[in-house]
Amino acid sequence: MARFFVLLASLLFAAPALAAGIANVKGRQYLSDYGDILYYAHQGEWFDAIVLFDAHQERSRGSDGSTTEAFSSQPGHMAGGFELKYRMHQRAERAMKAVIDVTAEDDLRNEALFRLARMNFQNDRPEEALHAVERIRGNLPAAIRSELAFLRANIALTVGRNAEAVAILKDLQSEKGLEGFSSYNLGIALLRAGSEQPGRKYLDRTGRIESDDRAVLAIKDKANLILGEKLLSEGHFKAAKEVLDRVRLSGPFSNRSLLNSGWADASRERFDNALVPWSILAGRKVTESTVQEAMLAVPYAYSRLGVYSTAALKYEAALKAFGGEIARLDASIVSIREGKFLKRLMQEDLHQDAGWIVSLRELPVTPETFYLLDLMASDDFQESLKNYLDLEQLLKKLEVWSGDLASFGDIIRLRQAHYKPLLPVIDREFKRLDAQMRLRSEQRDRIAQQLEAMLTVTRPELMMTADERIMSEQVARLERMMTPRRKKITPRLWHQIRRLRGVLVWNIHAEYDKRFADARKHLRELDHELDVLNRQHRAFARTRQTVTESYEGYDDVIRSLRQRINAAQGNVRALLARQGQVLEIMAVNELTRRRDRLEEFRVKARFALADSYDRAAKTDVQEKGAQ
Amino acid sequence: MFILLRGFILSIAIVMLSFPVSAEEVSKGQIKSLDEQVQEIKAETLNLGVQMRLLEEKLLYPSSTQVAVYVSLDNVEKFRLDSIEIQLDGKMVAQHLYTLRELEALQKGGMQRIYVGNISSGEHGLQVLMTGRAKGSSGVRRTEKFKFRKDEGPKILEVRLVDSDDHMITLRD
Repeated sequence: MARFFVLLASLLFAAPALAAGIANVKGRQYLSDYGDILYYAHQGEWFDAIVLFDAHQERSRGSDGSTTEAFSSQPGHMAGGFELKYRMHQRAERAMKAVIDVTAEDDLRNEALFRLARMNFQNDRPEEALHAVERIRGNLPAAIRSELAFLRANIALTVGRNAEAVAILKDLQSEKGLEGFSSYNLGIALLRAGSEQPGRKYLDRTGRIESDDRAVLAIKDKANLILGEKLLSEGHFKAAKEVLDRVRLSGPFSNRSLLNSGWADASRERFDNALVPWSILAGRKVTESTVQEAMLAVPYAYSRLGVYSTAALKYEAALKAFGGEIARLDASIVSIREGKFLKRLMQEDLHQDAGWIVSLRELPVTPETFYLLDLMASDDFQESLKNYLDLEQLLKKLEVWSGDLASFGDIIRLRQAHYKPLLPVIDREFKRLDAQMRLRSEQRDRIAQQLEAMLTVTRPELMMTADERIMSEQVARLERMMTPRRKKITPRLWHQIRRLRGVLVWNIHAEYDKRFADARKHLRELDHELDVLNRQHRAFARTRQTVTESYEGYDDVIRSLRQRINAAQGNVRALLARQGQVLEIMAVNELTRRRDRLEEFRVKARFALADSYDRAAKTDVQEKGAQ
Repeated sequence: MFILLRGFILSIAIVMLSFPVSAEEVSKGQIKSLDEQVQEIKAETLNLGVQMRLLEEKLLYPSSTQVAVYVSLDNVEKFRLDSIEIQLDGKMVAQHLYTLRELEALQKGGMQRIYVGNISSGEHGLQVLMTGRAKGSSGVRRTEKFKFRKDEGPKILEVRLVDSDDHMITLRD
């Protein structure tokens, strides 16, 4: 598993170069498996990427008889891994700890500890994160030095070691990559450590940063908002107004800063000034809680300016808007309880881009999501929602596999019915051919041995043709017949017999070298033919084995998989129901909270409206009286 | 007055937080416990996925007859791949239309297993038809034919698309 994580970094950060590099030394199977994993990883299909990776490692262990090479460790980054991406933090943590335990090099080990600490910190486990960073010692990869220091500071801040956080963050002030974030965190750390003025100075400095970077601009806005609200709560209204007005009108902190900017003016009895930010805010989306508050603040300012009739009209408008929103929230709560919220979340087309959760809010067919953006932005909801979607995906996969197992069973039965009657006949024929092959093979070996021996000792008799052998035997028979009667036969006849023998021997001796060379050539040709035959023999034996393996030995495996899949389906369904229920409760609670808040606003608006009408009437009477 | 109204509005939020808004609440502990159970079932399902894949390979595509065709891109910049069609021994066995995400994955070094099947040992023919769009939005359509030999082990073929006017489609086996 340690390899897995080391590999991941190369997969995600240096894949093309690495693939090219290992192409020269690894087999085709290795490369294709590797490329296949990359194909899914780069699409964010973490489940498939992990399955492919584990299947490759399983094959490399030879459990299925193959000899695939396992993915080996590559030096480089130690990324959190596919499992971390797939939010299997427990498994990822175990794997990281394994890497830490077995890695001797400082760089790799420290990087693993850093990633473990970051993972724990992100998962709301600051004590474990602290334990991990405290184990870091020795050489540190240059690429993570400032990130690690920033993480250390954040951990220290979270566990209350404010002085330590201040010390670390002071050293990070010149880090370009942490611009805005280091000074903001330092400001917060100083405030928590009791150093009020230096803390405010750093927040103020963050609030004045010039940058085009969206993240830096966001932290700049946040610093201004935090500092502005602090000044506001302490009664420094003028200073608060100046700081709050630095926040951009279009950023994520814009609404809150507009609202507070208005209160800063109102607190100095400058209600005409307060109307500027409040009117801007009141014209924004009515589902935002700050906008709803501004809808009450605007008529309040008018009434304080003595323009009671306008105040009354504005209160009426707010009442109407609140009534509409309460009705919409009621409909949303009913809709969620009917399960429509979860159904909508499951729609595939929504999951195509990273901002799909935000896009839910824009859908007119989903009233239940209008008010849930804040909730959806929370870690708990997001994690729960992702778990729900993952469980749905698991259930679909398990259903597909369940069907696959049924098909596999059918395939096996069909194969068995087809092959089983054929195999005895084929086996008998194969045995006969196999015996013949063995015989011929033995003959070939004898000839080869003889030819080998003839390299040192000539054996002309072994080089005779079939005709010559017959002739030689005939001459020998004549010689045997003639020898006892030698004195009775004519010398001429004897001479002819001897001459025949001589011709025979002469021919063999004269052509011995050529014949010997021919024989060796023929043996080579025979070897070639035998090779072809042996290949066919092996192919047959393999096919024969494949046939048997195509239907034998699967029963236990399939039975066990079926049981596990059934059990997993039951567990996933139960978890899916519970996870869905949690999401619905969270959503309903949030909507109920917002509804109750609107209801209170409505009550307040009604009182204020009546008050405005009274004052408007009194003013009217007073004006008439004066006339 | 600010303090009064602001205090009123803020108190609504606080009061609402202190009241039970629903008979049910979800605690951090419940969320964490559920998350741990989800992680456990993920691990079990992943393992099942591995076993299913190995079983499928063994049962349906034994190594002696297995042939797999992969598609990859070699720093292709001159054209954008739209679709690929694979014919094996004159028979169409796979076709695929590429999404943007799939193309990006291929461009980053991924290899798509577009086809896996079974063939006998010996000589075979592979035909690849590719369609796409060249820079300047003109359509590209290329076909290449290849011969390959299947021996005892599994056969892996890589259809690699390259930036070339003559042979955009190459084969690695």
